Amino acid sequence: MKILTGNDLKTGAVVWWTGVGWSLDVNESSDVGDHGAAIIAREEGAQNVFASYVVDAEKTADGVRPAHIKERIRALGPTVRPDLTLKPADPDAINWVI
Amino acid sequence: MVEVQFRFRDDEPVNDPAVTVDAFSEQSNATAVRIEPGDDARDLLPQLDRLALVEINFPAWTDGRGYSAARILREAGYKGEIRAVGDLVIDMLGHLQRCGFDAFAPEKALNPVDAQNAFSRWDNVYQATAVDGRQAIWAKRHPA
Amino acid sequence: MYKYDEYDQQMVDTRVEEFRDQVRRRLSGELTEDQFKPLRLQNGLYLQLHAYMLRVAVPYGTLNSTQMKLLGDIADKYDRGYGHFTTRQNIQYNWIKLEDTPDILAELAKVEMHAIQTSGNCIRNISSDQFAGAAADEIIDPRPYAELLRQWSSFHPEFLVLPRKFKIAVIASEKDRAAMRLHDIGIKMVRNDAGEIGAQFYAGGGMGRTPMIAPLIRDFVPLNQLITFAEACLRVYNRYGRRDNKYKARIKILVHELGRDEYVRQVEEEFAHLLTQPIEPPLAELERIKAHFTGPDFEQGLSDELDLRDPDFRLWVGRNTTAHKVPGYVIATVSLKPVGGIPGDASADQIRLMAQLGRDYSFDELRVTHAQNIVLPHVRKADLYTVWKALDEAGLGTANLDTLGDIIACPGLDYCSLANARSIPVAQKISERFGSAEKQAEIGELKLKISGCINACGHHHAGHIGILGVDKKGLENYQLLFGGSEGADTSLAKIIGPGFTEDGVVDAIEKATQVYLANKQGEERFLDTYRRIGMDPFKEAIYG
Repeated sequence: MKILTGNDLKTGAVVWWTGVGWSLDVNESSDVGDHGAAIIAREEGAQNVFASYVVDAEKTADGVRPAHIKERIRALGPTVRPDLTLKPADPDAINWVI
Repeated sequence: MVEVQFRFRDDEPVNDPAVTVDAFSEQSNATAVRIEPGDDARDLLPQLDRLALVEINFPAWTDGRGYSAARILREAGYKGEIRAVGDLVIDMLGHLQRCGFDAFAPEKALNPVDAQNAFSRWDNVYQATAVDGRQAIWAKRHPA
Repeated sequence: MYKYDEYDQQMVDTRVEEFRDQVRRRLSGELTEDQFKPLRLQNGLYLQLHAYMLRVAVPYGTLNSTQMKLLGDIADKYDRGYGHFTTRQNIQYNWIKLEDTPDILAELAKVEMHAIQTSGNCIRNISSDQFAGAAADEIIDPRPYAELLRQWSSFHPEFLVLPRKFKIAVIASEKDRAAMRLHDIGIKMVRNDAGEIGAQFYAGGGMGRTPMIAPLIRDFVPLNQLITFAEACLRVYNRYGRRDNKYKARIKILVHELGRDEYVRQVEEEFAHLLTQPIEPPLAELERIKAHFTGPDFEQGLSDELDLRDPDFRLWVGRNTTAHKVPGYVIATVSLKPVGGIPGDASADQIRLMAQLGRDYSFDELRVTHAQNIVLPHVRKADLYTVWKALDEAGLGTANLDTLGDIIACPGLDYCSLANARSIPVAQKISERFGSAEKQAEIGELKLKISGCINACGHHHAGHIGILGVDKKGLENYQLLFGGSEGADTSLAKIIGPGFTEDGVVDAIEKATQVYLANKQGEERFLDTYRRIGMDPFKEAIYG
């Protein structure tokens, strides 16, 4: 599947396109198919996000997994500071990245 | 022709068609020239006397060669108009002025209020460019 | 230390207002991201992998305790409780909100700090020797010249949109602690035969994809022509540096393509011309600045005795202190590289503790080093044990300066959007494997530097051992380089062979240290042995 990520303009937070809006949780990503460029143009034009781009991902039993490690780190947080990731209480979260 | 949006000169605007730097040396009646980023402004120095307008083009504002070109012309004593044309952004207007530009013709008109703020932003400056008529902070610290 | 006058203060205050206005226009949509990006970069605001990152300038690496304390407070108030000290003696925060940045800059301005030109294609913060004003081996304090250059380069109208970023370092001792010849311009203050102070200029050094050691371009620039000469160097670069390819836009490529002699000819021609222009500040301005750096009021006749009965303290004194120019004082380096830690990171509490120790025991002064550590430059030997105790309790007492535990590492793929591989986990594994006191005593000085991509922010080209992270078909892979140095004997490291996995690279380093220990003669460091016996014995042991 193809999913869309960007940064919230005001806060810089990493966000994922859900089909109707933006979420901090990569698992809420929707498949944008061939519509990535159109959604980017509209959403960046509306000042909601910036620096957005389409990434390859796969739908797994656990949720949505971006194909490249860079986007997996983006989705979770820095692997060297588990306390600052989106899943600070989950010691296995880092393994999902690698 | 793109309009001059800001001009800091009292003389009549010159609107002679600007020729390229190469053509200028051959066309002995030309009085206006347009400098592109890759041109050497020093090629014009032998013929400064017959120049009334220099346009310096910024195809992209992030290419800063035009700043050096303007200052070089002023350092050589050129007194005519130096017009910045092309992709101009508000936040660089004051810096362009400090390098000797005195007219501005942005390809897309700029917000006039923001632009005026940019021109008057810096009450003091750290450097003497020697072409902007401004006294550097160090000169104010050590009055002659 | 330099103190702002009303003009300096007005300049930073004006910048805060300018940036506030730019943020307003960005949030209102008046500025697109493409338009805003070069503007925010000129003020140190990046977009990183997870969020905005703000880089705050620490001019020539010097701070007072009030400034240091505020850096800790900002980490708490606007970020997530920590900051990261960088290889250019600055600090960066990883979780900044765009809306907050004008207020952060306003708080910084109140203590004479800023983020001006900490990024972007302009003249960056000037770096210097972290031991300036304290080192026993310096000719003169380099910081007044760095401050003169700071003011000249701040908002220099001709040089705000250069072909690429431009980094200047100023030193004034034979021992180069600032990697001076790996800068776009390196300046070494020297004394000529007549006993006058002047500046030796090197140009065209740098790391990145094409590392180069800067050649000497002028032996002696008199002090009353310093700014004019710098201006000539920059003008030639601004006019002729390549703009067709951002990877070939640094001045090192221009100097390399023109040849050193032709670049020098062009600079000298421009210099001769600029000398006719009234652009050089009077020497009185340099004297005014110098008066700020006359140094603390050191006590005379103090004893050089140190009570070294505590073995951990003795180890730390041996590793982390350096001779001071005044008897009875010492320069103490605080390692931000605890075993298994993140190189260069410090918590808000740690930053405030260092500020307090700087205030109470180091004449209100601290320094940031390009190796991502903090220096207390003027500590009385009589106070040293108290200082170390306080540091040690806060996890800042690690004795590992210049050893395998004292790793320079870029933020890597954990934070950086340009990175291809993570750097920090590799640094952590290496420091865990080699960080014990015994290992360090055995291996001695070994500078290891890690970059997560070819941009080389982790200075891997200049490491005795360098590690470069690359992306190999979606997997992190690490290349190993040997033989780099950033000191007076600057050399560039060479890749030894095919890359490794994260664990593989740690094992390879282990083998390399074994080759060193088996071949070491006398007091040789790893680098000395490597230079003497060459790469082959190492390759054989590692790939064999």
